[in-house]
Amino acid sequence: MTQAEWQSTTTPTTKGAIPGQRKWQDYFTFNTDHKVIGIQYLVTSFIFYMIGGALATAIRTELATPESDLVSPELYNNLLTVHGTVMIFLWIIPAGSGLANYLIPLMVGARDMAFPKMNALAFWMVPPAGLALIGSFFLEAPQAGWTSYPPLSLMTGKVGEGIWIFTLLVLGTSSILGAINFFVTIVKMRVPSMGFNDMPLFCWSMLAASALILIGTPVLAGALILLAFDLLAGTAFFNPTGGGDPIVYQHMFWFYSHPAVYIMILPLFGAISDILPVHARKPIFGYRAIAYSSLAISFLGLIVWAHHMFTSGTPAWLRMFFMITTMVIAVPTGIKVFGWLATIWGGKIQLNSAMLFAMGFISMFVIGGISGVMVAAVPFDIHVHDTYFIVAHLHYVLFGGSVFGIYSAIYHWFPKMTGRMLNEPLGIVHFVLTFIGMNLTFMPMHELGLLGMNRRIALYDPKFATLNLVCTIGTYILAVSTLPFLANAGWSWISGKKAGNNPWRALTFEWMTTSPPAIENFEQLPVLTSGPYDYGLGKRNPQMEPEESQSNVEAPPGFIPPEEARAGSPEP
Amino acid sequence: MKIPSNILTLLAGVILTLVSLWYGQNHGLLPEAASDEAALVDGLFNSMMTVSIGLFILVQGVLIISAIRFRRRAGDNTDGPPIHGNIPLEIVWTAIPAVIVLVIGVYSFDIYKAMGGFDPQAATDPGIVQVAMLPGEQASGLIDSQPKPARHVHNHLALGVGTFPEGEGRPADVNVDVMGLQYAWIFTYPDSGVTSGELHIPVNQEVQLNIKAQDVLHAFWLPEFRLKQDAIPGRDTELRFVPRHIGTYPVICAELCGAYHGAMNTKLYVQSQEEYDGWLQEQIASLSDPNQAIAMRAIAPSESRSNAEFLAPFASQMGIDTAALEQLHPQHVSMNR
Repeated sequence: MTQAEWQSTTTPTTKGAIPGQRKWQDYFTFNTDHKVIGIQYLVTSFIFYMIGGALATAIRTELATPESDLVSPELYNNLLTVHGTVMIFLWIIPAGSGLANYLIPLMVGARDMAFPKMNALAFWMVPPAGLALIGSFFLEAPQAGWTSYPPLSLMTGKVGEGIWIFTLLVLGTSSILGAINFFVTIVKMRVPSMGFNDMPLFCWSMLAASALILIGTPVLAGALILLAFDLLAGTAFFNPTGGGDPIVYQHMFWFYSHPAVYIMILPLFGAISDILPVHARKPIFGYRAIAYSSLAISFLGLIVWAHHMFTSGTPAWLRMFFMITTMVIAVPTGIKVFGWLATIWGGKIQLNSAMLFAMGFISMFVIGGISGVMVAAVPFDIHVHDTYFIVAHLHYVLFGGSVFGIYSAIYHWFPKMTGRMLNEPLGIVHFVLTFIGMNLTFMPMHELGLLGMNRRIALYDPKFATLNLVCTIGTYILAVSTLPFLANAGWSWISGKKAGNNPWRALTFEWMTTSPPAIENFEQLPVLTSGPYDYGLGKRNPQMEPEESQSNVEAPPGFIPPEEARAGSPEP
Repeated sequence: MKIPSNILTLLAGVILTLVSLWYGQNHGLLPEAASDEAALVDGLFNSMMTVSIGLFILVQGVLIISAIRFRRRAGDNTDGPPIHGNIPLEIVWTAIPAVIVLVIGVYSFDIYKAMGGFDPQAATDPGIVQVAMLPGEQASGLIDSQPKPARHVHNHLALGVGTFPEGEGRPADVNVDVMGLQYAWIFTYPDSGVTSGELHIPVNQEVQLNIKAQDVLHAFWLPEFRLKQDAIPGRDTELRFVPRHIGTYPVICAELCGAYHGAMNTKLYVQSQEEYDGWLQEQIASLSDPNQAIAMRAIAPSESRSNAEFLAPFASQMGIDTAALEQLHPQHVSMNR
């Protein structure tokens, strides 16, 4: 059975359909097309991002003044708990899944994911879980923080905590189903001509992220189920009044939730590795180093979890072990950052919105990475643990990193997904506002934490008032910064400039088909004839005039000029 | 005149190094260092800050220079040079971060050791007392009816920061039991039986805080001493340090412990020996005062937890009467405004 036949039998719902465009109604149904699911994920997660952002704005408004004067202390804890949970589990992780769903089959030359029905099931678990969590505000919202440490989480209301556990169990299951799909699709469904070292780097990073999801999430599920027993059935797995150990919960929680940081950032590492070469018109610098460093990060990410517990019930030798492993992660991460810098150095950089967000990603992520090495040092972490220094660090990684990466990916692949270009001036306004707002919001938090402001508090010492006001102003700029993006995306989706198949003159497979791609992606499966990043080689040599442009709509899908060199081959 | 690019690079490198060195020492981001441990931690932070600023300027500089120098010129649709990599260069930038984190790792290890992180006597944590729960035991027993495991049997589980290495095995000059509960710290001086809502310690004496939690997780944080340790129900943890400067410092709960977590602060008074002794005598005298004794009993955890009005009105958030509140927790009055 050829690959094409095999794939067509795995997508029964699209069998017999005329290859063409999706109707808008399809996006509201249990559709098994990976492109529909990808867009469903992205749009759904973006809606939750707006909700999480609104919660963040409420939190920062409360913190504009030292007094606890806007919301009740209970509501404040509800806000911070739901903000953290929404941003992690309903925005960044599903947005990464959305990109992966949309891009992986296109990048490896498959007609759909390996298990399309499971894929649709994974997506359709997200909205009910998210609605349950948001809806908890009308019933009783969780208020033990997104970490939900017992014994506090067992004492702050059964309903809210129960909803929180339910939400995470459902989202975790969804995440596992998605990861199985990504992993199998990448490993088994590449076109025969594509070896592992010919894959776009996004696929490498999704392999690494999927492995983390598959290893970590079941442990979180175990912890949550035991926590649910403690909460609802009165057992004492984690409850010290019955002889349980709250520290064990922390270990199990962070065994997933530290890798979750890499689950959130690795897909965007991959996306950035694909975006930078296209807009810098230069091959990625050190393909193998960047590809394998994803695997190294994935492995090391599994053995650093207790650095979240340096001041908790962690004995000295464990503190030292986790300090060293945490610091070692800086090495593969540094390889990536320097590889990206060398990629853009000497290129011909098109400073469009996608590239600005990609370079902003490097710029902001490096700050989060540096402060990450600092907090890995146990003596220093003892001082700053659970302070605003940590809040600053994690937002530089997850906002400056993941969210900038997601925006960059949206600007880069929006033309492929919708067939229309986004408006550039609006995109640049969006980038400038986001960049300013981000730094205004989170940079002063470093100093706040060092000076002695702890996190998760509704009222604080008046000596911190000025810096907090700066943070709050930054938050309002961030809130406003989404408006040009929303206007841009909405307007461009309907009546933006037509994109053509390959507006960026990129080399990976997803650009070798129509925009948006037909229902089964490729009229005929593409054949790998050059590496994904072979800019400047052969006919692409700077001395020669490249013939590809927006006018190559008529070129057969998958046709690219033959080249000898592959990105993965060591010789240039 | 055109300056050769390698001279420019050298110049940039020198400036980068100088700026990093200067900023690493003059960032002004840390509060007063009130103990020897704090000075050690600050030295580590300053070193990390120096390296960090260097890396920060390097990366941001490369990004900005690229954005300006290598931007696409209008009408140029060609690709850049086909450079796929450079193995020696990649080895260099793998090795440099590896060496940096190795040095920071060893330095941190030394600092942690110097602070007393490896003090084997630190916090002889008995682990969770689970005797009655063990399979094979007679199921009849409540925890209390079983003989408690002898203390000092789990010396390997040192939770917290102990004494300086040279002081190992020596008892601290002043012992204070610290109990965290929603939403206050209660300090008990076991030698005199004095209980207080504020921590008074004498300057230049080694202090040992034995930290416990009544209800949920708390974290005992002294920002000016760079010390923090979670208070864990059912576990014993410890902090040991020598205050070097007389003054008043904040004591902060750093672990989310409930709705009024932000209000769970109190004061640490580092006093001269005479002032400290005077304060202690005053407290001992008030112990015999019956009114005070009643007030103190009101903070007994079982009663404060079962109080029906617990947390109800903001003013009596502690669920105890105003006299006890003021005695225990002077900040509340001002913070409630």
